[in-house]
Amino acid sequence: MSQSTVQVYSDHSKVLSILDKDGKIINHDLFPQLSNERLIGLMKKMVFTRIWDERAIKLNRQGRLGLWAPVSGQEASMIGSEDALSIEDFILGSYRDIPQIVWHGLPLYQSFLYSRGHQHGGQIPEGVNVLMPQIIIGAQIIQAAGVALGFKLRNKKNVAIAYIGDGGTSQGDFYEGINFAGAYKVPAIFFVQNNQYAISVPINKQTAAETLAQKAVAAGIKGIQVDGMDVLAVHKAVSDAAERARNGEGPTLIEAITYRYGAHTMAGDDPKRYRNKEEEDEWKQKDPLIRFRKYLNENGLWNDIEEELVIEEAKKAIAEGIKMADETPKMTIPTLIDSMFEQTPLHLEKQKAEFIAMEGN
Amino acid sequence: MTQITTANTVQMTMIQAINDAMKMELERDENVLIFGEDVGHNGGVFRATEGLQETFGEHRVFDTPLAESGLGGLAIGLGLQGFRPVAEIQFFGFMFETIDSIANQAARMRFRSGGKFHSPITFRSPYGGGVKTPENHADSLEGLMLQTPGVKVVIPSNPYDAKGLLISSIRDNDPVIFLEHMKLYRSFRAEVPIGEYTVPIGVAKVVREGDDVTIITYGAMVHTSLDAAEKMEKEQGIKAEVIDLRTISPIDIETIVKSIQKTNRAIVVQEAQKTAGVAAEVMAQINEEAMLYLEAPVLRVAPPDTVYPFAVIEDVWMPTPSRIIEYVNKMMNF
Repeated sequence: MSQSTVQVYSDHSKVLSILDKDGKIINHDLFPQLSNERLIGLMKKMVFTRIWDERAIKLNRQGRLGLWAPVSGQEASMIGSEDALSIEDFILGSYRDIPQIVWHGLPLYQSFLYSRGHQHGGQIPEGVNVLMPQIIIGAQIIQAAGVALGFKLRNKKNVAIAYIGDGGTSQGDFYEGINFAGAYKVPAIFFVQNNQYAISVPINKQTAAETLAQKAVAAGIKGIQVDGMDVLAVHKAVSDAAERARNGEGPTLIEAITYRYGAHTMAGDDPKRYRNKEEEDEWKQKDPLIRFRKYLNENGLWNDIEEELVIEEAKKAIAEGIKMADETPKMTIPTLIDSMFEQTPLHLEKQKAEFIAMEGN
Repeated sequence: MTQITTANTVQMTMIQAINDAMKMELERDENVLIFGEDVGHNGGVFRATEGLQETFGEHRVFDTPLAESGLGGLAIGLGLQGFRPVAEIQFFGFMFETIDSIANQAARMRFRSGGKFHSPITFRSPYGGGVKTPENHADSLEGLMLQTPGVKVVIPSNPYDAKGLLISSIRDNDPVIFLEHMKLYRSFRAEVPIGEYTVPIGVAKVVREGDDVTIITYGAMVHTSLDAAEKMEKEQGIKAEVIDLRTISPIDIETIVKSIQKTNRAIVVQEAQKTAGVAAEVMAQINEEAMLYLEAPVLRVAPPDTVYPFAVIEDVWMPTPSRIIEYVNKMMNF
C-alpha cells in the first residue's frame, strides 16, 4: 500500500501528480493500486464523457437539451473522483457535475430530462446515492456536512462528497460547510474543481489565497492540491481522502487544478471575452485523455479500435437516452401542485381544481 | 417548576410546553435530532431545550457552530439521511442567514426530486416584540414565509397549542417554520396534558365567541385582541369573535368564512408592519370567499410600514387594545 497522499501533500507545498502530460509516470510510489480492467474503465468513461459533452453542446444548440455546462477538460477530475468512491457514498454536485452523478447511477436519459427542466430528471432511483444537481453555489457544501453527519450518527462507513468550483470557494456556505464538517469530524470530501474561471472571473481576481486547498487550514481539516488533468492523481487523492473519512479521521478538501475548454454554460457565455486562445492551447497540451491514452497505449492496455468502440457505444447510448427523454410523459400542473407537500393542502387542491377546470391537465 | 394540578394535566408555561413536546418526540422517534446554537448543554438561550442533552445524549441534542446558514444545510443533509431534524434558529431575525436553506432548498426538495426526497425539518425560532430585545431579534418576518411555497408556518399563542402543534410539526414530512413569540414564553401558565397529543396544522381556533365582529389574529396579538374584546363588550356591548389562526400558512379560510357569515364584519390584527403579510392575505381570501357576507370593508390593525423599532417605542408601535377598539368602531359605524 502506498503512503497516504493526504498526509504528504497537506503542507500545501506541492501538487499531487502521477502522470505527466506525456503519460509518463513521475510518481511511482503513489501509483494507485488498480487492476488493468479498472484502468481501462477510467479511460472508457473519459472517452464516453468527452463524446457526451460534444454531443450535448450540439443538442443544446438544436434546442433538444436545456441547461448544459460543458465538461471537456475536466474529465480526469470528474471521472477520477467518482470512480474512487463506493456505490454507497453520496454525491452532492453542482450543475456541471452531471457526469459524476450519471456514473454513480442516475440513468443518462434522466440527466437529459433534468437538463430540459423535467421533474423526472430529479427522481433519483432507489439505491443511487446522489442528490439532484445544485444550482445555488455553496449550498451543497453545508448539505454535505449534514449528509456526512448522518453517516457518522448511523455508524456507516460511507462518505459524502460535495463538488464545487473555484468561484464557489468564495461563498460563505463554503466556509460554513467545511467548518461544520471539521467541528463534527464527519466523513466528507470537498472536491473543488478549480477550472480557473468562475464564469468570467479569473482565479487571481477571485481570491488572494495562494491556493484554494489552503482554505482547509482555517477549518482545521486537511487540504491538498492535485493535478486535475491527471486521472490517476485524482483517483489516488480521493481514495486516500475516502479512506481517512471511513477511518474516522475527518474531512478532506481537495483542489483539483483543471480547465474547462468550453463555455461556462450553453446559455450565451462566450469565453473569448475573458481568455485567449494561447491560454486554451496551453491547457489542451495537458489534456487528461491524451496523457492517459499514451500511458495505456504504451502498456498495451488501449488502442484505436477500443477507442472507436467506446465512441460508437457513447453515441448509441446518447441517442437512446434522448429517445427515452422524448418519450417520457410531459409534466403537468396538477403533478407540480401535488409535488409541493406530502399531502396537498386544501387551498392548493382548490387551485388545482380551478386550473384543471380552465386548462385541463 | 411545573406544578401538577390534576392526574392528566399540568400547569405549564409555553416554554415548558415546547420543551415537553421535544422531549416526547425524542423519546418516541430515534430519528428526531435537536440542534442549534447553544441548545446543548446550555439548554438554549431561553432554556427551551433544557435538560434534553442530559437525557438523550449529545448524539441526539447538540450545539452547532455559530452559523445559521450552515445549520440550515446541516438540517437538509440530515433530513436526506432519514433523520427528523428540529433546528433552532436562535432568533427569527437571523433567518435571513438561513433563508436559502428554507426557501431554495427545503421548500423545493420534494418538487425537485419528484417526491423522491423530502425535508422533514422543523425550524423552531423565537420572534416577537415587547420584550426589549436588541435590534434584529423581535421582527415579525412570518409574512415573508407566506410567499415561500413548500413550507408551513405555525405560530402558537398558548402552552396547549404550542405542545400539540410542535409535536405535529416534528412529525410532518414537510418543512415547518415554528415561531414562538418571546413575550408568551413565560407570561402565563395553562393546563397542558401529560403525554402526547397533537393539534392539527392548518386549523384555526375560535378562542372567543361573538356575533358582532370577527377579529382574526395570531401569536401574542391573540391576547391583545382578547383584551380589546373584553373591554368592548363591557363598555360598548359589542360582542367580538376572536379567531386564533395558529397556522398562518396555509390559512384556514373556512373557519374565517364561517365566522363572517355570522358576524358580517372582520378585522385582522397583526404585529408585523402593515403592507403585505398575513393580514393582507387574509383580506384577499375573504374578498374571494366571503365578500357577499360583509357589511363593511375588512380592516387591518398593524404597525406602520417601518422597520421594527428600537425597544423604547416598541410598545406604542405594536397594536394595542385601544387601537383595535378604535378600528372596530370605525367599522361598526361604516
